Amino acid sequence: MLGYTITQWLFGILSFMSIMFALMVVFTRNPVHSVLYLVLTFFCIAGHYLLMNAQFLAVVHIAVYAGAIMVLFLFVIMLLNLNEDTEPQKTMASKLIAGIIGGLFLLVLVGALKGAEQLNITRYGHSEAGLMKNLGKVLFKEYLFPFEIVSVLLLAALVGAIMLGKKETKE
Amino acid sequence: MINGIPINMYMMLSVVLFIIGVVGVMARRNTIIVFMCIELMLNAVNLLLVAFSTLHGDTSGQVFVFFIMAVAASEVAVGLAILTMIYRNSKSIDSDLLSKLKN
Repeated sequence: MLGYTITQWLFGILSFMSIMFALMVVFTRNPVHSVLYLVLTFFCIAGHYLLMNAQFLAVVHIAVYAGAIMVLFLFVIMLLNLNEDTEPQKTMASKLIAGIIGGLFLLVLVGALKGAEQLNITRYGHSEAGLMKNLGKVLFKEYLFPFEIVSVLLLAALVGAIMLGKKETKE
Repeated sequence: MINGIPINMYMMLSVVLFIIGVVGVMARRNTIIVFMCIELMLNAVNLLLVAFSTLHGDTSGQVFVFFIMAVAASEVAVGLAILTMIYRNSKSIDSDLLSKLKN
């Protein structure tokens, strides 16, 4: 099809969709719609992971982000009863300045990364790096200690969130 | 090239997603949206890490993405707990009004 392979078509479509949904996250007024567009963006990014043969990460990404984090966001938005009417708006000038700063940053990053396609990559490993078997081997051999530390971090976050969310009780 | 897609396409995609996140942080006043834009930036970086990990055939990059996801999850849990507490005290999550520490 027009000289492109099916993977390249999929990449183009997924990229376009993820950028569009990401823009909608920023420009939608209603916070609930924002959350739903972010979920769609995450699904597109999971599609990118699948294209890169990182199947385990794609599944974990959907489970953790779309399944857990975004549900948390939705719950908080419903808890605080936010909608379009309560949405605070920045002034036009500060929005414009934000856009200009973002554009300049984009220019700088694109300029800095130009020519990176000529990177001389000498070491090509096996293309099955994203499969669960290989990932598990690396995770539980080389990165066993960080893995255990992450469990402590999650426990600390759990305790911290409960402590913060608890109502103050009079003694 | 990853499956016929040049690596700089992945770079451009990540950069654009990251910039959208940056603009969102600067242009919105709702603190929850600001949080979501931070998630977007983290995901842009994750995407690039996975792209380079696949390009080099090195699994370590994907292990880092795994850790970033765990850190992002704990960050969101604590951050949203702080947000609900702020809302309980000041009945607003407008980031421009949260300047009580200034004076």
